[in-house]
Amino acid sequence: MAPIEQLTQDFLRTKKLPHIWCPGCGNGIVTAALVRAIEKAGYDQREVVIVSGIGCSSRAAGYLNFNTLHTTHGRALAFATGLKMARPELTLFVIMGDGDCSAIGGNHFIHSARRNIDLNAIVINNHIYGMTGGQHSPLTPTGKKATTAPGGTLERAFNLLELARGAGATFGARGNAAQPRQLEKMIIQAARHKGFSVLEALSTCPIAYGRKNRLGGAVEMLKGMKDSSIAIERAKEMDEAELEGKILNGVLFSFDAPEFSSQYHQSIKKGQD
Amino acid sequence: MALKMISGNQAAAIAVQRVGVDLVTAYPITPQTAIVEALADFAANGELGGDFVSVESEYAALACCNGAAATGARVFTATGSHGLAYMHEMIHWCSGARLPIVMVNVNRTIGAPWCLDPDQGDSLSQRDTGWLQLYCANGQEVFDSVIQAFILAEKLLLPCMVVFDGFYISHTYEVVDVADEEIVRKLVGPPAFAPQVIPGQPGNLHGLSTGETQLKLVKERHQAMSGVPLLFAQINAAFNEQLGRSYNIVEAMIPPGAKRAVVAVGATAETVRWALPALDHTGLIQLRLFRPFPAAEIREVVREKGLNELLVIDRNCSVGMGGIFAQELRSALYGMKSPPLVRSLILAGGVDLTENMLLDLLQSTGPEENFALRWGDEF
Repeated sequence: MAPIEQLTQDFLRTKKLPHIWCPGCGNGIVTAALVRAIEKAGYDQREVVIVSGIGCSSRAAGYLNFNTLHTTHGRALAFATGLKMARPELTLFVIMGDGDCSAIGGNHFIHSARRNIDLNAIVINNHIYGMTGGQHSPLTPTGKKATTAPGGTLERAFNLLELARGAGATFGARGNAAQPRQLEKMIIQAARHKGFSVLEALSTCPIAYGRKNRLGGAVEMLKGMKDSSIAIERAKEMDEAELEGKILNGVLFSFDAPEFSSQYHQSIKKGQD
Repeated sequence: MALKMISGNQAAAIAVQRVGVDLVTAYPITPQTAIVEALADFAANGELGGDFVSVESEYAALACCNGAAATGARVFTATGSHGLAYMHEMIHWCSGARLPIVMVNVNRTIGAPWCLDPDQGDSLSQRDTGWLQLYCANGQEVFDSVIQAFILAEKLLLPCMVVFDGFYISHTYEVVDVADEEIVRKLVGPPAFAPQVIPGQPGNLHGLSTGETQLKLVKERHQAMSGVPLLFAQINAAFNEQLGRSYNIVEAMIPPGAKRAVVAVGATAETVRWALPALDHTGLIQLRLFRPFPAAEIREVVREKGLNELLVIDRNCSVGMGGIFAQELRSALYGMKSPPLVRSLILAGGVDLTENMLLDLLQSTGPEENFALRWGDEF
């Protein structure tokens, strides 16, 4: 691993810093894990593209020193699909937030999964629309408060990875900002997986979510996140009562299936031959 | 009646609460979000008198309004910029369906690249959708326009958009005279438009039609819009009686002897109004209404005051043609015996209009200088 100064110099647009994220926000931890993962996995910086949508998390594209596209709300995966089909040799990371990916972008999410196109979706889930000031999203747990749910939301949340699996994704993992090394490993696994990979990175928003729900500051929120997480391997040995309130961490599913962009280009080649 | 120090967004939200609505639905987008947050609070405290529904996108927000309004419910939503653009199909649909939906659009530039400043291109690009469009110059106008929008929409069975500039109005705190609920409800009355979906009377709404049917329906909508000036006069009479204030569709402030006027819409009109004493022999024409376009009212002002030059402040640009308000004005003035010269200052991207910019522009604008268009970055 290169020293942090070197990573910062090579992979961040230092002129764009300091970033806009609030103190205690987990977005920086996830972004740093992505940078370390790219370096560790040995990808050529020129062959990596970062695509992002709209929201706090999507600002990461502005700070990362790669070819980066900051796209419209919910559409990052659609932009990325075009890019991947035109240049299949590139490695794409698509950074989205919970609202961006699962609300306004929900349609593109399930169709990317259905096609099993080789994109690496990193969904930073802080359970809230942070940038607009704390409205509840489809990943806000039932009962939690938001500015659009002052008494707590009555709506049920998606289980994002179950949704992805049901729609056809072939890799699904969950990590969190409290365990960044694990996150880093999962990003490498997701990137090396050929097909649509979804990594749900749980993150903290002490300002718009934590404060409203009395979850404490960043330290308490990160600790709470770590304490409630349980590795999938350990969970297999536990019964239902022990797993109550726990969030499964790790690679939840990974299997091989035909990948869309390579299949498509093979079929074109076959036609030309 | 109470004077309150509130933002434009709060003025909009309080007006909606005062009117009383059955359903509010919206998706967050800067700089509008504070409106729906305030309405969510009203709903949670039982002060809205209706439901608050969170949805997964702006498209869903307007579709949800459409469904509710079809049952005769009074509905409201708010958005801006990309949110409005994303609604585009539904914006047409609501007008075609003759549903009196009221929506606030807080102006914000549409990308790429991303920009938060208040270009008017978002609402102006919905020009041909069959919505009424009211533009506000300050917090008071926001409060009053939202009330007027419900009256206009429900009387004409056309949706109405209330538009104001992001940040300069949405986030700026001003003293606003906030009328009591009782007075506002008296002004607006209960929703009295016929429901389209009636339990026990099954029917199919908006199925496939012919071009001939469409022509008839478009004509009906066009004719309905022509009823705005008369209705506005009635609204003004009621506002004067209940609140002691009213608005003209076209507000003209022309000093005696002035032969030129700045034409401004939204927050820039307020800037010009404040700057008027410093401007040499120059008046202000503020357009409060964009659809229907108040052509007759503008011609009357021009004729009556003998204006020979109009300088339009366009915080927008139809690329390849120029400022949108300037184009509409030229079209409205076409055929007059001696129409005034119409010049345009483009502040696309939501660039701010300052008093100094205005002074520079007017000083550098002699009658001999026959330009049609200037750009905000020249000053």
